[in-house]
Amino acid sequence: MSTASDRSDVGAGPGSDFWVNAYRQMLRIRLFEEQVNELYTRALMPGLAHLYSGEEAIAVGICEALTNEDYITSTHRGHGHCLAKGASPDKMFAELLGKEAGYCRGKGGSMHIADFDTGNLGANAIVGGSIGIATGAAFSAKHLKNGRVAVCFFGEGALGQGLLYEELNIAQLWKLPVIYVCENNCYNEYTHYSETTAGDICARAAAFGVLTEMVDGQDVRAVNAAANKLVERARAGAGPAFLLCNTYRYTGHHVGDINREYYRSKAEEQTWKTTRDPIQMHGAWMIEAGIADAAAIEAIEAEVRAEMKTAVDFAVAAPYPGPEEVEMHVYA
Amino acid sequence: MPDAIKRELTFAQAVREALAEEMRRDTRVCILGEDVAEAGTPFKVLSGLVEEFGTERVLDTPISEAGFTGLAVGAAMTGLRPVVDIMFGDFLTLTMDQMVNQAAKIHYMSGGKWKVPMVLRTTLGATRRSAAQHSQSLHAWLCHVPGLKVVIPSTPYDAKGLLKTAIRDENPVIFFEDKMMHHKLKGPVPAEEYTIPLGVADIKRVGTDITLVGTSSMVQVALGAADLLAEIGISAEVVDPRTLWPLDEKTLIESAKKTSRAIVIDEGYHRYGVTAELASVIAEGAFYSLDGPVLRMGAMHIPIPFSPPLEDLTVATPRTVFEAARKLCGKR
Ligand SMILES: Cc1ncc(C[n+]2csc(CCOP(=O)(O)OP(=O)(O)O)c2C)c(N)n1
Repeated sequence: MSTASDRSDVGAGPGSDFWVNAYRQMLRIRLFEEQVNELYTRALMPGLAHLYSGEEAIAVGICEALTNEDYITSTHRGHGHCLAKGASPDKMFAELLGKEAGYCRGKGGSMHIADFDTGNLGANAIVGGSIGIATGAAFSAKHLKNGRVAVCFFGEGALGQGLLYEELNIAQLWKLPVIYVCENNCYNEYTHYSETTAGDICARAAAFGVLTEMVDGQDVRAVNAAANKLVERARAGAGPAFLLCNTYRYTGHHVGDINREYYRSKAEEQTWKTTRDPIQMHGAWMIEAGIADAAAIEAIEAEVRAEMKTAVDFAVAAPYPGPEEVEMHVYA
Repeated sequence: MPDAIKRELTFAQAVREALAEEMRRDTRVCILGEDVAEAGTPFKVLSGLVEEFGTERVLDTPISEAGFTGLAVGAAMTGLRPVVDIMFGDFLTLTMDQMVNQAAKIHYMSGGKWKVPMVLRTTLGATRRSAAQHSQSLHAWLCHVPGLKVVIPSTPYDAKGLLKTAIRDENPVIFFEDKMMHHKLKGPVPAEEYTIPLGVADIKRVGTDITLVGTSSMVQVALGAADLLAEIGISAEVVDPRTLWPLDEKTLIESAKKTSRAIVIDEGYHRYGVTAELASVIAEGAFYSLDGPVLRMGAMHIPIPFSPPLEDLTVATPRTVFEAARKLCGKR
């Protein structure tokens, strides 16, 4: 488990292992989501799930700048954040299937995955609902002087929620170590964000005096560089930051959103997938930089596929919670 | 309560003393709210705390009820024990998502992993000439939500002992103070350390002919009615549940079984409110011992009017309770 001080390698220019690991992490998210869609299609998963495919560079770029002790809050589209922060896919799949072996004993499901051991304070099915929680975690960190940082992931849809602006104000006033990461994947459900979002996104945060940056959310190195800077700055006591990451979700708003042409074109999807894919782009860069060759990349893919298959098999075979579980954990 | 107690405190002093003692005992306890520091709140309940504990632990927040309540949820999850001050109970509406969808659910949704040990203190009660947006008693809203605990003390002694327990509780607890009692109600409070468990009702007056169940301000009303009833030879027992969740059903039922009649009096709205719940608990549990229907007396189902003669009609008084009890006992 790394600490703040021994991560200087990251800021100074990470070594090849770091970037290979980032590749693997992004691929794990992509293939995890592939399996989720498969579970849905095979009617093995109750309910729906919101896939993170296409947005992997953000979760990975950010979480690789954090320590295990740092906190994150996540959203309904949270599998990527959860994996990137260090959760293991078997217990995640088990949660998605409502099994007792899941991270939340099956009682949270896809939209509420939380992992105590990796500082994941939880996904949230209320758009913008976790912005207070992340700010509060940063408040604790400052109060307890434990050097931790909190990252609050949210979609651009949460820009419509007043809570965000209350928290930006408080965080800046109190110089809290929190990074607000806005993942702009262009759509609030089935509506383009330009129809719901007036003015300039970054100007909103900047109005509070919060340090604000924008980054290509498909470029894991760019995201990671920005995250390192903002995280170290927050850790040093300089206060919050707002990071706008421009990205795209490849599939539907949720797994059941199949026919999307009434709100976006297939051509648009195709363009993002073929020209802006975070995993392909990073893989190509690794080859060019001599960090990995095609065979190594293929080997990673084979390993990750095997890992996901084992994890799914575990979850499918795992038992449901017993009826005695229903009233457990209402109160601590 | 031991007879030796001489010391008397107002309700507000008892609340303040509970907070001060818990803040001395546990450095994780901090207070967040509007005008809580130097001003000591508009009700002057917290005067003197910032002087002892400093602005790091008694924090004046922006006027952002959702914002600082949400922050408290996150802070509670990550190692602090925040006590949030919501000036008027009417403003609970602004904290609803944080309390109902976040604080109340997190322990359960995370399969028992995360905890939210926070207290939200707020006020209730009409007849202060504050009109419709500053006079409501909305405690029923929170009682309706599993995962929250609701404390509603009626005396300085209870307020102190229950608040100390609430702060030590591992769950989100909402603590309602009648703003009319803050400075008007005095009562014995021992100087020695004590706490009162949640979920234990208190019989405020022993009687044999009728049970008057009162909450918060309505306990004093019930005691006033009991005095009037005694004059016409009716012996009323006054039962104070003290906490609405957890609820001491047994004491309510046993009292009603003993007296065979019951009236439930609460300052929340009559319809779909606390009186309905308590009355049904009694009706279900004591049905075969009852000599009449369990009556309910809540606030009239109207926005609280400003005009004093109108406002005074909206809540129960010793006289209206007396009249209802006399009828129920078949006395003219
Ligand atoms: C407060 C609230 N309002 C509405 C919804 C329904 N809803 C779920 S996801 C969503 C769109 C969210 O868009 P965004 O925040 O951009 O995240 P994305 O789905 O694009 O990742 C909506 C409206 C909700 N869950 N919470």
